[in-house]
Amino acid sequence: MIDRVIDSRGLDSFDLRFLGLIAIILSVGVLSIYSVTHSQETAFPFYLKQLVWILLGTVAFLVMYLSDYHKIARLAYPTYAVILILLAVVLLMGKSSRGAQRWIPIGPFAFQPSEFAKLVLVLVLANYYSRVSRVGWLQRVVLPGLIVLPGLLLILKQPDLGSGLSFLAVYAAMLLMVGVRSKALGIILLLSVMLFPFVWEMVWASLHDYQRQRVMAFVDPDYDPGGKGYHALQSKIAIGSGELSGKGLYGGTQSQLKFLPEGHTDFVFAVYAEEWGFVGVLVLLALFIALIWVSLEIAARAKDTLGALLAAGIVAMLCFCVVVNIGMTAGMFPIVGIPLPLVSYGGSATIMTMASLGLLLNVKRRRLTLFY
Amino acid sequence: MIRFNDSDLLDLQRRLVILRVGLLLVVALLTLRLWHLQIREGPYYRDLSENNRTRTVVLEPARGLIFDRNGILLANNVPSFALYVTLEDVKDRQGLIAQLASLLGLDPEVIQKKLSTGKGGKLLPRKVKDRLTLREATLIESHRLDLPGVMIQVESQRNYPGGAAAAHLLGYVGEVSADQLEKADFADLHQGSIVGQYGVEKAFDRQVRGRAGQKSVEVDALGHEKRAVVAEKSVAGDDLYLTVDIRLQKIAEDLLGEESGAIVALDPTTGDVLAMASRPGFDPNMLSKELTNKQWVEIVQNERRPLNNRATQGQYPPGSTFKVVMAAAALESNTVTPSTMVRCNGGYQFGNRLFHDWKQGGHGSVDINQALIHSCDVYFYTVGQRMGIDTIAEYAKQFGLGQETGVELPSERVGIVPSTAWKQKARNQPWYPGETISAAIGQGYVTVTPLQMASVIGTVANDGVAVRPRLVQAVINRITGERTEFPPTVRGKVAVKPATMTLIKEALADVVTKGTATRAKSSLVTIAGKTGTAQTAALRTGPEKDIPKRLRDHAWFVAFAPVEAPRIALAVLAEHMGHGGSAAAPLAKDVIEAYVKAYPQVLKGPPARGRSKSPALTPGSRPKA
Repeated sequence: MIDRVIDSRGLDSFDLRFLGLIAIILSVGVLSIYSVTHSQETAFPFYLKQLVWILLGTVAFLVMYLSDYHKIARLAYPTYAVILILLAVVLLMGKSSRGAQRWIPIGPFAFQPSEFAKLVLVLVLANYYSRVSRVGWLQRVVLPGLIVLPGLLLILKQPDLGSGLSFLAVYAAMLLMVGVRSKALGIILLLSVMLFPFVWEMVWASLHDYQRQRVMAFVDPDYDPGGKGYHALQSKIAIGSGELSGKGLYGGTQSQLKFLPEGHTDFVFAVYAEEWGFVGVLVLLALFIALIWVSLEIAARAKDTLGALLAAGIVAMLCFCVVVNIGMTAGMFPIVGIPLPLVSYGGSATIMTMASLGLLLNVKRRRLTLFY
Repeated sequence: MIRFNDSDLLDLQRRLVILRVGLLLVVALLTLRLWHLQIREGPYYRDLSENNRTRTVVLEPARGLIFDRNGILLANNVPSFALYVTLEDVKDRQGLIAQLASLLGLDPEVIQKKLSTGKGGKLLPRKVKDRLTLREATLIESHRLDLPGVMIQVESQRNYPGGAAAAHLLGYVGEVSADQLEKADFADLHQGSIVGQYGVEKAFDRQVRGRAGQKSVEVDALGHEKRAVVAEKSVAGDDLYLTVDIRLQKIAEDLLGEESGAIVALDPTTGDVLAMASRPGFDPNMLSKELTNKQWVEIVQNERRPLNNRATQGQYPPGSTFKVVMAAAALESNTVTPSTMVRCNGGYQFGNRLFHDWKQGGHGSVDINQALIHSCDVYFYTVGQRMGIDTIAEYAKQFGLGQETGVELPSERVGIVPSTAWKQKARNQPWYPGETISAAIGQGYVTVTPLQMASVIGTVANDGVAVRPRLVQAVINRITGERTEFPPTVRGKVAVKPATMTLIKEALADVVTKGTATRAKSSLVTIAGKTGTAQTAALRTGPEKDIPKRLRDHAWFVAFAPVEAPRIALAVLAEHMGHGGSAAAPLAKDVIEAYVKAYPQVLKGPPARGRSKSPALTPGSRPKA
């Protein structure tokens, strides 16, 4: 019924720009990871591991890019089911680290299903909304909400506040995109997710120390075990002491001397900001905005609803992770475990992000040759 | 199958604008925040990050060495381990305190106190314990990873090789107290610094202290040292050369033995303190350690008061040794002439009270020479009464009583020279003439320190020229070798005619040859002296041996030798030992004999330039420590 022809003109300048941005951001990540961890004497250092993840991510990117995204979307529900099972497995027998169970060990590595769950959720919701339309409140909000809920609960149980919030953000962004009867609802939902950290900070400030520790211990026990804001403070010191031009590569005393915890993963932005200063920060922010802008272009020019929703969902997820990660390292938000996409060290997150970007380019690639 | 139609798709694409605007807004907020952190507050955070990684470690200086007059080492430093804690690097303070308490066997409260006092903030390491044993140091080092912020530092620890010898003189060292830290003198110090707390160590702390250095150490988040960034070397303190001869000092201390008392020996020509023994004593090595409360209380509350330097802080009635001053006063005030005779029949009636002479039946008719030789009380009762207390006081002050001798030791006491003005002021009472009679034989209100009496007899020996006693002859800078001398200083000249001095000196020589102090007679050297017996209780009856020891009289003997050209003047005070002639005079003889044996040149007439040194030490050379 629909004739789908693959664009055969190869990569155009748009594609090159998109791929170039990804490559640059990935390089910033590898460099920062190398800077923090180069003094550790291990047989297989982190930056090399990250290169392996990028290699695997490239494979995932190509798979997602070359397959027909309609076919991929058709596999959304079964994949979601598998992810739910994996999330349950994590809870039952996962590898725990710092009080949370997030990983399934595979040989020497650990696989983090909650990262992949984000992308799968985008696929599931895009698939759902592309088939269901113009019906009531129940079909628009409640049913997809019921789809989101089991995954969300399993993730929060780990507990992984960061991934849970990303889950909600994807859901809210989708609602906004499909245009809930009252647009206001969607906006409010999205804003409330975006603003949650600010509100949180205000409520937070009014709490007593012991209350904070209890709340923190409940929602996210793996950070800040002393309850004294040590991580947040060290991160702020790292960023602030970078000043305008930074301390130079390997010059970040905060991270080199390990005052800054998790320098290669969730706090990699602070490492970068310390070494490259405000100038470097502006460059990195510009790179992210450019990447997101290009991605939004793809969403805007998608030729069918599924493609548009997929692109919008992926962009929303990307935006959310970037904003919340930088916000938390800069001390604006409470510390929740969200890595900086393409920069933070981490296999699951890197592969998932690159797969998402492959899917994005897939959407763009097919828009020109899609005919009804 | 229901699908979005084209208008839906257009709708959706319009909504993407919201996402774009929202994104730009949030990124603008982030940029603003980062600008605030990195540009506006950048310098503040830069400071924080510098402090985060560098710890200033104080390098304690080595205290200067202390030598005796012949270059014998009296105080040096030995290496020891000290434990420091940097609060900034301590995550769990209570846990650390508990761990240290159990590893080192310390009271947790003591550690808590060490960590919470003193200046310097959280970044400056605080000393928690020094003199760790090797075992304790290894124990701490092996637990190092569990003890963030804990550092073991090798430092020099004060050591007194002679143990208790010259303890009161040398003093001891200890951690600077919180009160001291607030004074300007200690401004360059910090909690845990070692300062002299007693004796020469305290009086010359400025010179001996040295200057602390600094090491900036880069540490990681666990407080583990990565590398030393800057080092300012510590400067060792200056070395002190005392005037004391430690051999003579030990002889004097051994002579007192287990009894309480003091022996002070001076060179009357220079004021050099040759020996200054005070008993009972203490071991300065022990006091320089950190004492437990119990140990401290034991020392402080000891009834025999071992920390009291009896030579400078013990105040006793001078008894008959005061007659030396009385004789000078009587002759100079023209109250008597050398030939004035006084009839002594064993007592002196004043009003309705009879003042006894020490010799029952009396000495018969005596002149001043006889009165000194036999220590006739009635003679001095009589002349004292004729002179009046204020004349006595005037001469006593000329000889240096009632005031500091000026020796370089902290907390010197001055004794009492009573006068009508003194009594009015101190007691708010008029002077009663009867009290003059007691004062005339060195009883009643009169009190002196042994050092003052040594100075008095030294002044007599030196023909009326009073020299300030000095303990330190030179300070030598360790680095430059520069030697700063403390030359002898003349305090004043007593207004007494040479003829009077000659008369007194001859009489004092006769005291030893045929008077009350024949037990001080020596075959090696001519000795002159005056005995004294200071009553401690007003009314006593019965023989000496029946009186409880604590009520017995103090025995005094002041002396100088050789009579012809005196080079040693000394005062011996033996608490509760009875008569000066029997208890104190023999000790003086032994000290003097030991001195002339060690320095035989003093027998060959007056020194060329008023100095004497044993041949072992050539001036300016520094013996090895």
